[in-house]
Amino acid sequence: MDTKHAKLERHSMAFATAILFVASLGGLFEIAPLFTIENTVEKVDGIRPYTPLELAGFDIYVREGCYACHSQMIRTLKSDVDRYGPYSLAAESMYDHPHQWGSKRTGPDLARIGGKYSDDWHVAHLSAPRAVVEGSVMPGYAFLSDVSLDTARLPSSLIALSRTGVPYTDIQIENAQLDASYQGDQDADYEDDLIERYGPNVQVRDFDGNPDRLTEMDALVAYLQMLGTLVDFDTLNHEEIAR
Amino acid sequence: MTRQSEILLTLTAVLCVLVLGIAILGWGVDTGYVLHGWIIAIAAGWGAMYLINRLTDPSPDIPLEYKDDVIKWGVLACFVWGVIGFTIGDLLAWQLAFPSLNGDMSWSNFGRIRPIHTTSVIFGFGGNALLATSFYVVQRTSRARLSSETLPWLVFGGYNLFVVLAVTGYPLGITQSKEYAEPEWYADLILLFTWVAYLLLYMRTLARRAEPHIYVANWYYLGFIVVIAMLHVVNNLSVPVSISYAKSYPLFAGVQDAMTQWWYGHNAVGFLLTAGFLGMMYYFLPKAVGRPIYSYRMSILGFWGITFLYLWAGSHHLHYTALPDWVQYLGMTMSIILLVPSWGSVFNGILTLNGAWDKVRTDPAVRFMMVAVLFYGLTTFEGSFMAIRPVNTLSHYTDWTVGHVHAGALGWVAFITFGAMYKMVPWLWKRESMYSLRLEAWHFWLALTGTLIYVGAMWNSGITQSLMWQTYDPNGAFTYAFIDTVDAMRPYYIARAIGGLLYLIGALIGSYNIYMTVAGPRLRGADKLALPLARPAE
Repeated sequence: MDTKHAKLERHSMAFATAILFVASLGGLFEIAPLFTIENTVEKVDGIRPYTPLELAGFDIYVREGCYACHSQMIRTLKSDVDRYGPYSLAAESMYDHPHQWGSKRTGPDLARIGGKYSDDWHVAHLSAPRAVVEGSVMPGYAFLSDVSLDTARLPSSLIALSRTGVPYTDIQIENAQLDASYQGDQDADYEDDLIERYGPNVQVRDFDGNPDRLTEMDALVAYLQMLGTLVDFDTLNHEEIAR
Repeated sequence: MTRQSEILLTLTAVLCVLVLGIAILGWGVDTGYVLHGWIIAIAAGWGAMYLINRLTDPSPDIPLEYKDDVIKWGVLACFVWGVIGFTIGDLLAWQLAFPSLNGDMSWSNFGRIRPIHTTSVIFGFGGNALLATSFYVVQRTSRARLSSETLPWLVFGGYNLFVVLAVTGYPLGITQSKEYAEPEWYADLILLFTWVAYLLLYMRTLARRAEPHIYVANWYYLGFIVVIAMLHVVNNLSVPVSISYAKSYPLFAGVQDAMTQWWYGHNAVGFLLTAGFLGMMYYFLPKAVGRPIYSYRMSILGFWGITFLYLWAGSHHLHYTALPDWVQYLGMTMSIILLVPSWGSVFNGILTLNGAWDKVRTDPAVRFMMVAVLFYGLTTFEGSFMAIRPVNTLSHYTDWTVGHVHAGALGWVAFITFGAMYKMVPWLWKRESMYSLRLEAWHFWLALTGTLIYVGAMWNSGITQSLMWQTYDPNGAFTYAFIDTVDAMRPYYIARAIGGLLYLIGALIGSYNIYMTVAGPRLRGADKLALPLARPAE
């Protein structure tokens, strides 16, 4: 071994090439198959791409770096399932660019936070966490209520996401700005259009308690309130999703 | 490649970056993004002017000595980013202990400034330490001057431009929220250009070497450069929304993105924070104690073991998740085997001290390096242990992971850097010795105390919280609400912040010591030293 290696270490190009070859094996054997093995992401009913308003909320979640303290991945452990609900399926994050599984729970897991609390609770808690939960170490996000949501970017966002493989249709892309505005306004009489485009489990209402204005708070709460609600676990065939 | 064509080639690259900067400031919509356009355009414009001037200059008289000026700037950048990174880190620690310190303003909240800490310490402090020492080591062990007069400056400038863009973007909300790969697409592109230049420079310098063999330290630096290039490209594949926005969407989603991310994340640790710094150890430890490396064979085994195994271990960050089980088990297995080459390097380092153990007592720089190797051993053992699935149920999502990372970052990465810097700075600036050995010793004891308090606090808080999460009462209900487990963390968070503060004070003393050394008198007769071709083999 020593003499062969002595030869290798006299040739810098060969050495660098050898490093690249040896180092690429792990990724080739562990990552590449995840794109080809079909049951890596199970097929379950109810999964759909985010509506434009939810996507705007997802983008705010990403922008604020919420993943640093909150996971969105309920593991297959009893103590996880008992506390947070049915364990997370790969399909549930299949449209998350990037994934928000997280690596630290300074705060609780949020994979199934949707519907657990009222909109008012979320707005109050996000604005002043310690006024709602004594002892919380979460920063306050009251400023989200003061910022109007910028919907102008949404069509480009949907186009960019469709390039990565999210199945947004042309109609969804065309109407992205309108869809975002009216999902936060139950009086606009627009619910049917949204349901037609995104399916029955779209929640349409004013999320931040301020019907005059569509804010970043609307978007974030709309996103939080749909997290983990797409799959109906009572009717799910557990054999199909068994790993 | 002639000097002319090399300058033209790099000028083309710099002009590409300039166009990028101008496009951003022209089309950009958000303030932070436009600001970045200006920063890029000014930096690239300056670089282009510099290169154009070189183009018309007559061929310079390249002195027969090592090219060390750029290394001095690397040392400066290393300490500046280090102090910034440690300060923000300690601020974050206090924010967790006293949340009102967040200020509840968008730019001051934990989520936005946490990446300032991680980027400043990993890429600012660690990255510049590696740039500086790799330039130093490759010249000495090859007995050759760096192959280019302009490229080292571009590598140094481009790299620090990347770090500046990263840390100024986070408070303004410019982030991909991929851990340790937060910078957006345009910053990633600039790093890619820089990295290609770095690889080119390193390979061409090696090609000029007067030594037949490539010394082991260079294997590690080369591993660091090559593998970081691969990881950076694959993990940052993304689709920008448009030139008007900083925002992009990563190409992969969900489970594939998670696996790619932790393949990247774990090997940023493996090849930036481990391989690069092992390169540092393999040069500065034997030089400092005047002993040869203990075992050549162990060096080979350690190097290829780490290069092969590390890339398989990333999936241990995803135990019990929606990642397929076969990947989890494979990652766990490789993580455990990884202990063998890791400890091979530890023994190689420690046994190199044989015959020179007195220096651990008399020379704080050697003490720094010795303790660094011990922390490396501790951390790699802990890492393999935490990768075991049942152990991971206790450690994952808790402060134990944070403690583990900091045992490695504070105890190994920063200790070996401080030790190497205390040796390299007097050599580089041709000074008799460091300004003060006493201050070096103060730095050592403050840093060690700070690290032990930090890591001890995080072990306790992590295991406490995890056990509380898993405690049921006799009726099968949880004993503790989530917020109870947060309340229980407070004393540990305060202890951690105090440990971090001690570490920061140590680093400030170190910076002062380095400054006073540089400002001090030159060594007499220094001009005769460090001529590459007139020096015996090292």
